[in-house]
Amino acid sequence: MRRPALFPALTLIGAAAFFLIPLGATLEFSLRTAGGHGFGAYGDLLKQHQFWSTLGLSLRLAGESIAAVLVLLVPTAYWVHLRAPRLRPLVAFLCVLPFVVPPIVLIVGLLGIFRGAPGWWLGSPQFLVPGYVVLSLPYAWFSLDAGLRSIDVRTLSEAAHSLGAGSLRTLSLVILPGLRAAVLAASLLTLAIVLGEFTMASLALFNTFPVFVAYVGQTQATGAAALTIVSIGMLWAAMLALALATRARGGKARA
Amino acid sequence: MAVVEQTAAARPAFAAARRRLPLAWLGVAPFLAFAGLFLLWPAADVLVGAFRTDAGGLTFKHVGDLFQAQYLRAYRTSVELSLLTAALGVVLGGVFAYASVREGTPRVVRAVVTAFSGVAANFGGIPLAFAFIATLGTVGVVTGWLRDVGIDLYAHGFTLFGFWGLAITYLYFQVPLMLLVVAPALDGLRREWREAAESLGAPGWRYWAHVGLPVLAPSFLGAFLLLFGNAFSAYATAYALAGGSVNLVPILIGSVLSGNVLSDPHLGQALAFGMVVVMAATTLLYALINRRVSRWTR
Repeated sequence: MRRPALFPALTLIGAAAFFLIPLGATLEFSLRTAGGHGFGAYGDLLKQHQFWSTLGLSLRLAGESIAAVLVLLVPTAYWVHLRAPRLRPLVAFLCVLPFVVPPIVLIVGLLGIFRGAPGWWLGSPQFLVPGYVVLSLPYAWFSLDAGLRSIDVRTLSEAAHSLGAGSLRTLSLVILPGLRAAVLAASLLTLAIVLGEFTMASLALFNTFPVFVAYVGQTQATGAAALTIVSIGMLWAAMLALALATRARGGKARA
Repeated sequence: MAVVEQTAAARPAFAAARRRLPLAWLGVAPFLAFAGLFLLWPAADVLVGAFRTDAGGLTFKHVGDLFQAQYLRAYRTSVELSLLTAALGVVLGGVFAYASVREGTPRVVRAVVTAFSGVAANFGGIPLAFAFIATLGTVGVVTGWLRDVGIDLYAHGFTLFGFWGLAITYLYFQVPLMLLVVAPALDGLRREWREAAESLGAPGWRYWAHVGLPVLAPSFLGAFLLLFGNAFSAYATAYALAGGSVNLVPILIGSVLSGNVLSDPHLGQALAFGMVVVMAATTLLYALINRRVSRWTR
């Protein structure tokens, strides 16, 4: 360095303050008790039945959404890479379309078309899964598309076929192992989306974890801060796992 | 004769393509069915519903209603908030990205900043609102610090639960998103360009004004549109912070939907239709600019 980089250093310090102070403040806030500081707010949370039931529901919906995203998109992405490259732009377009349709619009539409649907569908939280899959499509597609591009699908498939493997066997034994990082990345991004999704769940009146967090915020300030710390912790865990998953493939399968 | 030969040669290929085509479509049929049912149909229902009467006829009344003062104001506030946070996000995020990825900065800083930005750009919704309530709310930590040194934010007209509070909060995900989007473009700035400028006697600002920023301009413009759309479609943070005080379009849709104000489904659809129009225009512009950018960065 030829001259002291004062401006960049100040920028980084300022950015660190802007991004870290709210996290520190939330932590401090969550530890406030009537007489000083302690883990009271966290203890109260763990005792609440709603905390566990809503977290359980969100995790279950996340699992179902991940399964649906993978079952739907992995074969499709493989197919357009290998057999129908001309359909790839169409699939890519549909996968990016959710950016144009914000969650609030999507839920207006979903509630509109299923207004008269039977109760087992409209009344069960699984109603949200297709919407969550739609929200995850852009991220899952980017991830899987990049993953398929980083391995030589055509050569691998031809080699497998010439050795006598059928399409299903090729996909499950040859392609999928090569896509491990991309599949993991798609799953983790879907997990992060579902665990944080509030708009659709609250307007469709389902009590998921983010809806519970919002509800607590209206009644207990320290409890809300504690839940925020828990949410950040889950997001960090998912994103850290994502970074590790993509690092493992030399960053080839970037999301 | 030559023509006949040509068509004869082309026919088998054409026939093969026709035979292959249904199979090609068959492979993507499940995906198309899903996208049609859960993405296109709901979107179409919103768009069509915005122009429908209760009896099913065609009407422009609901979309016309959007031009009433209260709804126009909501669109204006939404657009202003998105423009402001996108502009600030581009400027602050651009400077932040430059400070993190420039050559003099240790590599580890870049790694940490990028990893953190990946999380922060995804950190939205209700928890983000609460993090800022704990920081800048009436009994927030920073509010308390400032009060201790004699600055009472809330006595000076600041409120976290208004437009500016919302803008500060949105920057928490806008700035990191900008960083993630432009870091590759910043990497594309060649060191030689700067050295050439310096050897010709150009001071730092002239390098930026005549070389750096013009090269980055398309990327920054694309990022601006991305950030705009990101802020425009956000709902949860705004709902938790300013659900009752700042009328944004998503908040209006939310209250129409939950029947808080008046529960007219067509009004909700018309408001949503307006959002899709804005988002579609933004995305289209983004795609056009992005095509230019990718031509440059090749």
